[in-house]
Amino acid sequence: MARIIVVTSGKGGVGKTTTSAAIAMGLAKRGHKTAVIDFDVGLRNLDLIMGCERRVVYDFVNVINGEASLNQALIRDKNCNLLYILPASQTRDKDALTLEGVGRILEELSKDFQYIVCDSPAGIEKGAYLALYYADDAFVVTNPEVSSVRDSDRMLGILASKSRRAERNEEPVKEYLLLTRYDPSRVKSGEMLGLDDVQDILSLQLLGIIPESKSVLTASNSGIPVILDEKSEAGQAYEDVVARYLGEDRPHRFIEDKKGFFRKLFGGKS
Amino acid sequence: MSLLDYFRKSKPKSAAIAKERLQILVAHERTARNRPSYLPQLQKELLDVIRKYVNVDQDAISVNFEQDENQETLELNIVLPDYQQENKSVNM
Ligand SMILES: Nc1ncnc2c1ncn2[C@@H]1O[C@H](COP(=O)(O)OP(=O)(O)O)[C@@H](O)[C@H]1O
Ligand SMILES: [Mg+2]
Repeated sequence: MARIIVVTSGKGGVGKTTTSAAIAMGLAKRGHKTAVIDFDVGLRNLDLIMGCERRVVYDFVNVINGEASLNQALIRDKNCNLLYILPASQTRDKDALTLEGVGRILEELSKDFQYIVCDSPAGIEKGAYLALYYADDAFVVTNPEVSSVRDSDRMLGILASKSRRAERNEEPVKEYLLLTRYDPSRVKSGEMLGLDDVQDILSLQLLGIIPESKSVLTASNSGIPVILDEKSEAGQAYEDVVARYLGEDRPHRFIEDKKGFFRKLFGGKS
Repeated sequence: MSLLDYFRKSKPKSAAIAKERLQILVAHERTARNRPSYLPQLQKELLDVIRKYVNVDQDAISVNFEQDENQETLELNIVLPDYQQENKSVNM
C-alpha cells in the first residue's frame, strides 16, 4: 500500500510544485518507488520542473478516460529510475478529473508504488479538493506572509472536514508545515514573519524551512529538482525534509541570519 | 538620545503588525467554519414560533454560535417590540 502525500497551500506561487518535485526525488533517491502527479489541469508545470516535458505523450486525464494505460502515461525520471511522473492534462475542461477517476488511478498506483505525491493546484476549488481528498499526509507549503498563512489555515479546515479520512471518520490526515521562501535576515529585521510567528498561528509539525534561494530558479531553468543540487541551501533543506518525514531526527537549519558582518554593514543583497 | 536609541525606537515592525492581524483574522475564520450549518434554518423556524405569540421584526432575533476550548454555546437574543419606553429583551 502506498502512502499518499498531498502538497497543498491554497495560495498560488508559494512553492508547491518546487516542493513536490524535490520531495518526490528525495524519496525515490532513498530507494522508495515514488510517483508524482500533477493535478493542475490546464496548467501543466511539473513536467518542466522535472525536466521531462518533451517526453509527455499521455496525461492523467487520458488514463482516467481509458485512452491510455497507466504504464503508457507514466514517465520514468531520467535521474532516478524509481521515480515516475504523471503529467497533468492541458485540457481546459475543468471537469476532466473526477473523484471516482482519481480514486481509481491512485488505487492502481498504490499496488506498485510506496509513495504517491500529489502536486495540488492553487485555490480551494475542485482541483485542490481532488488532490487532497485521498491523502494520508499533507505537506502544507506556507510562505512567511499574511495571505499565505491565512490560506494555509483554510486548507487545514478543508483537510479536517472534506478529505476521505474525515468523511469516513478515520484517523485524520497528518498535517506537516513546510515554511518556504524564508529569508532569515528579513525576519531578523522585523520585516518578515518568523517561524515562531507562523507557528503561533498554525501550530503544525514542522518538516522544514526552505530558505529563499537563487538555486531554485537555476534548478527550474534546467529542469532538475533542486534537491539534486546538494551544494545549495534549498537543496539541503529539502533533503532534511525528506529525512525528517521518514522519521530521522535532524536539527532545523537555515533559521538564523548568517550573513557576514561586512555584507550586513554594507547592506549587501542576497 | 543617542544615535543608537534613535534607530532602536523606530516604528513597530511590520512583521509584528502582520502577526497581530493574522491572529485576529484566523481566530475569527476558525469560529465561522465550525459554525453549524443549521443556524439560518433554526433562526427562521424560531422566528415563526415567536411570531405566533408576539409580533416581532425579522431582525429582532439573532442566533450566535460561540466556541472555546471546552464548550460550545448557542446564544439566542430576541428583542421584543417597544410597548413601553424601554426595550424588553429575552435572553436564553
Ligand atoms: N525557496 C525558494 N527560493 C526562491 N524561489 C522559490 C523558492 N520556492 C519557490 N520559488 C519560486 O517561486 C515560484 C513559484 O514556485 P512554484 O513551486 O511553481 O509554486 P506553486 O506550485 O505553489 O505555484 C517559482 O518561480 C519558483 O522558482
Ligand atoms: Mg504549482
